[in-house]
Amino acid sequence: MGLPARPLRRRAAIFSYCAEPELLEGARWLACYLTTGKHMAFYASFGTVLLLLAITAPVALAFGFLGAMSARSHIFPINWLGRTYIAIVRGVPDIAFFLFFVIALDQGFEWLRHQALCPGWDQPIRQGNDFVVCDAAKLPLGTAPQWVHETYGFLLAVLTFAIVFGAFAANVLFGAMRAVPRAQIETAEAYGMSRRQSFWRILVPQMWVYALPGLSNLWMVLIKATPLLFLLGVEDIVYWARELGGTKTPRFTDYPHGDWRMWYFLALLVFYLGFTKVSEVVLGRVMQRLTFGQATAGGEAQRKAAA
Amino acid sequence: MSCWETFADYALRSVGVGERLLPRSDFTLCQQFVLIGSGMIWNVYFGVLALFAGFFLATAVALGKAAQSPWLRKPAEWFIFLFRGSPLFIQFFFAYFLFLSLKQVAPVFTPLTSAWAGALVVLFLNTAAYSGEIFYGALLSVPKGDTEAADAYGFSGWVRFRRIVWPTMLRLAWPAYTNEAIFLFHATTLVYFSGFPAFQQRGDALYYANYFADKTFNPFVPYPILAGYFILLTLLLIALFGLINRRLNRHLPQARRAKMKLRLNLIR
Repeated sequence: MGLPARPLRRRAAIFSYCAEPELLEGARWLACYLTTGKHMAFYASFGTVLLLLAITAPVALAFGFLGAMSARSHIFPINWLGRTYIAIVRGVPDIAFFLFFVIALDQGFEWLRHQALCPGWDQPIRQGNDFVVCDAAKLPLGTAPQWVHETYGFLLAVLTFAIVFGAFAANVLFGAMRAVPRAQIETAEAYGMSRRQSFWRILVPQMWVYALPGLSNLWMVLIKATPLLFLLGVEDIVYWARELGGTKTPRFTDYPHGDWRMWYFLALLVFYLGFTKVSEVVLGRVMQRLTFGQATAGGEAQRKAAA
Repeated sequence: MSCWETFADYALRSVGVGERLLPRSDFTLCQQFVLIGSGMIWNVYFGVLALFAGFFLATAVALGKAAQSPWLRKPAEWFIFLFRGSPLFIQFFFAYFLFLSLKQVAPVFTPLTSAWAGALVVLFLNTAAYSGEIFYGALLSVPKGDTEAADAYGFSGWVRFRRIVWPTMLRLAWPAYTNEAIFLFHATTLVYFSGFPAFQQRGDALYYANYFADKTFNPFVPYPILAGYFILLTLLLIALFGLINRRLNRHLPQARRAKMKLRLNLIR
């Protein structure tokens, strides 16, 4: 038994009384337990989730906008591309897309770099069960520090989310663009606006009120899809909840406890319930704002209530 | 090894019949098709049973949410909020660890720690909540004339519900309920990625697709196969639900029949 009974080096604790964990009891023990370094990493991973949402939502919206625009295009290949993009991501379980895109994107990037950086390479890239590219084309480079690997993994996850949710958003925006009354566009044309002008000045400002119910639904779905980050190999809240909740023996930690994973996942459940509730309230307010002055049933109801 | 032999060995692999060991090298296209197809047995099992059982609970939940008494309304509202407001993925994890703890208390709960029972319970409750909300919406839009006519004919209580309200509710809810059914089948792919262990590598279609993708490091074969299977399953569901939709609408003139509008696939 050459191992020390507990780790020799302790992290600096937040509370002064945390210096001797064996002597603590009750609330103080819990306070110290919940402020260990690993728990701080757990709390920070909630930030990872929020960061993912903050980056993915606008990127997916942009993808969706491009998809909807190309599905409306009069040029055949672009139109076909837009429609295929919308159609293909639907009808198949999206978790399959998450698992697929992460490897596919990774291999795609490495293949492109391989073509660019190693022109003299004569071996096949797929050798049996291996995917082999030259060292210079590896992403990230084998010599890169740990944080580069983690950031690269996270960015791949963001891109995957954006592609999948972009297709959903494209579908919603495409429908919203068609929901804008035809008379509005005809009026714009009568005033001599070009196709481009009537699109940007008339259609786009008016479509948001039609798109918002679909987009807010999508936002809810996006929130509920964030735990899938775990499957993409990112150290997110699910990872830490499993890690911290598992049984801990006194030998490896100052705070031994039984299997608490159930409680950690209960906490995650409460977090998501709160998050969706807040989103619901906020989106309801936004809808009120957008409806104001619109020629829809909702706008009419607001006008009557004010009068 | 011919493809027929592979079929004999692996067609029922996901339920533990046939060859014990999964292929480890020299993966053929045939093996991938057969094993992923074999995994579909579990997706169909979870989907069909959860949908069938969930249908009845969903009706009860919808009635509860529409009830006057807060003793019925509040629990139904909370049930719906709990399962619709949180990710299914987290629900699976929480349920799995909950069942593990319960198993320590009483051995009755042991089956619930395996996927075939535990995940089924979660999917059942989840689909009941989503369908309950759909049915509730339909219940509120049952035309006033229908219920007034029922009252005038002296219908009341159970008979009024069974003969008048319920058929109309189903008819109105059916297109949305079809989408829900498709979501549910897609959601069954989450089971083996969320804590529930795949006993002796008996998993669902995505489990095997993932197995092949990990082993061959080539996602471009197994995932399209999986996608093909799911598109087939989705088309089958649409056909089946379309038939029921026709029956529910058979008394209406052609122009007023509810068209099936399909919005496929969002994660829950």
